[in-house]
Amino acid sequence: MSLINTAPEMALTTKVDDFLNWTRKSSIWYMMFGLACCAIEMMQTGGPRADLDRFGMAPRATPRVSDLIIVSGTLTLKMALRTKVLYDQMPDPKYVVSMGSCANCGGLFQLAYSVCDGVDKVIPVDVYVPGCPPRPEALTEGLMKLQEKISQERWLVRKDGAAATA
Amino acid sequence: MPGLDAAAIHARLAARFGDAVGALEGARRDNASATVAPAALVAVCRFLQTEDALAFDCLSNLSGVDYPKRNVIQVVYNLYSYRHRHPFALKVDAAREDPVVPSVAALWPHAEWQEREVFDLLGVRFEGHPDLRRILMPEDWPGHPLRKDFVEPEEYHGISTSRESLLKA
Amino acid sequence: MGLAGFEVEVQRETDGVLATEDMTLSMGPQHPSTHGVLRFVVRADGEVMKEAIPDIGYLHRSIEKIAEKVGWHGFMPYTDRVDYVAAMPCNQGWAMAAERLAGIEVPKRGEYCRVIATEFSRIHSHLLSVGSMAMDIGATTPFTHAIREREYINDLIEEVCGARLTFNYMRIGGVAWDLPPAWREKALAYIDRFEPLIDEYDRLISYNKIYVERLAGVAPITPEDAIAWNLVGPNLRGSGVRFDVRRDEPYSVYPELEFDVPVGRGELGTLGDCFDRYIVRMREMRESCRIIRQCLRQLPGGAVLAKVPRNFKPPAGDCYVRVESARGDMGWYVVSDGTSFPYRVKIRTGSFAAISMIQKLSKNLMIADLIAVIASLDLVAPEIDR
Repeated sequence: MSLINTAPEMALTTKVDDFLNWTRKSSIWYMMFGLACCAIEMMQTGGPRADLDRFGMAPRATPRVSDLIIVSGTLTLKMALRTKVLYDQMPDPKYVVSMGSCANCGGLFQLAYSVCDGVDKVIPVDVYVPGCPPRPEALTEGLMKLQEKISQERWLVRKDGAAATA
Repeated sequence: MPGLDAAAIHARLAARFGDAVGALEGARRDNASATVAPAALVAVCRFLQTEDALAFDCLSNLSGVDYPKRNVIQVVYNLYSYRHRHPFALKVDAAREDPVVPSVAALWPHAEWQEREVFDLLGVRFEGHPDLRRILMPEDWPGHPLRKDFVEPEEYHGISTSRESLLKA
Repeated sequence: MGLAGFEVEVQRETDGVLATEDMTLSMGPQHPSTHGVLRFVVRADGEVMKEAIPDIGYLHRSIEKIAEKVGWHGFMPYTDRVDYVAAMPCNQGWAMAAERLAGIEVPKRGEYCRVIATEFSRIHSHLLSVGSMAMDIGATTPFTHAIREREYINDLIEEVCGARLTFNYMRIGGVAWDLPPAWREKALAYIDRFEPLIDEYDRLISYNKIYVERLAGVAPITPEDAIAWNLVGPNLRGSGVRFDVRRDEPYSVYPELEFDVPVGRGELGTLGDCFDRYIVRMREMRESCRIIRQCLRQLPGGAVLAKVPRNFKPPAGDCYVRVESARGDMGWYVVSDGTSFPYRVKIRTGSFAAISMIQKLSKNLMIADLIAVIASLDLVAPEIDR
């Protein structure tokens, strides 16, 4: 019998949820999905100055072990089909950060015939980070917003927030 | 500048091939060129490559240009000689309805990929090419994008190619 | 090597009836060391490849067609995206093509600013190339060193033009902004700090035994092959051909500057192997520092941007302009029909030629050597696909 989303909202159960979320948001492993220019800024963000490792975020090569896919760069139509395959290969719970204008909406390549205008046409996006390319500080803020989103998830507690009776 | 100048190169071409090579166009070093008849292209290229004083050992750039007003697709060959350090350009006009140009992949190995690109984006068929297929666009893409009358498809494998702007006037 | 001995044993143990099959693997398009979205279809017999066929087009953003829609001035930001790792030479190529067609002369100070920006871009790009090459081979520390040094160059260039990666700094007729006050001293201080670090990187990896064993003698390219397959830049110079567009087809103010053109000599292996291409990049960084110092010393006063009409209409015609980008001779074939929109722009890049050669180079290499070859040819996907 599954325990997920069954408990009433009490001090104890919310603490369990907060603990689970704290462990998960402090260790997000992102898949290196660097497509174009934003990939260079993603590498700089993972570098010594704007360090992502202090958040517990480590780059992984394969989708099978990643929690997060940072789509950094322009998505062409040829690549969009493969992006869906890679997203499906990631195990749940998974998140998507769309980094840069090209991944958000096509960016300055909306005039192109071969570009998919935005990665949210193929996979659902959690956080959009604007910029062309976004500075490391901007990407870091986007990832901190993702951490906020993760900290509000409910695993043990019922999702409708019913309080404990008696 | 070392090497022969464009007029000298053109003079040797005209002396050897006569009418198959047109007049010298372009006055500067970076745009000196001559139009060549498609049937004579391979012979002209072989002459330019093997002749000692010319020695064009590199096909630096291969582009296709669509001229719907003249009803041709022009293929431009920018040649360069590393031995003598002189450039020259050849232009070949192909009919727009069914453009066919002989392939020079046997003379310069990299021309294989360059010609595949011109085929992919403009639809020019290169006769004698070992493996002519699309290189940049997906295999099942309809049409040749760099033509002036290319119309973007509405969708590709279920992904629509337009995006509604959030900035409404 | 031991491979032949192993095969002999297997033959003996199985009476020669062991059935084997080649593997066909798809490497990419998402792969940490393909330097962007490239795909290789690898046919391998165990670890040794029969061939690796490249499959490109995953980053084809139709930049050449967009030029026909956005106009002469509007195309400048797109030129950054043609090679985002070294974006300044791309800006310069486009600006020079438009200036050549219209007969515009750039002021002297503008030319010097362009050269300084281009040489910083070259150092920027070579650091990333060398760092990611070391990471692909397996050494992860030099990559963080390279990223750290790139941050300082990012700071300097951000002061000049406001952007860290896709600069949009040059304009048709010059550059957009003059150098800020006190920038000259900061740049000189950085070069003073950086030049000894090149020696430190040499001590760290260049002559490291493991690094040399991975690179020396792998995929040598003869000078004749390099020219026939259209290789340019450090790839061509690594094979011993002493050709540099800045020296042999000079443009801008390079005739007034003194610098050497390093070539590979096959010092630790065969001429034209991966190590030669790598060491040429290390030496080029030193030459770029030399050029920047001379430029900062000789910088004249005056304007940085010539007067160019906003509705820019060069006369009809075509030209083929070449600049020395970090990845080699970048050619811009531009056709104008006299209107304010370019008629055709064709960009000829070094990485397109380099990747076309991989099918030939990959016979009988191991899969790990393929990674070394890709890294040593310094491929970037946007140059290949445009």
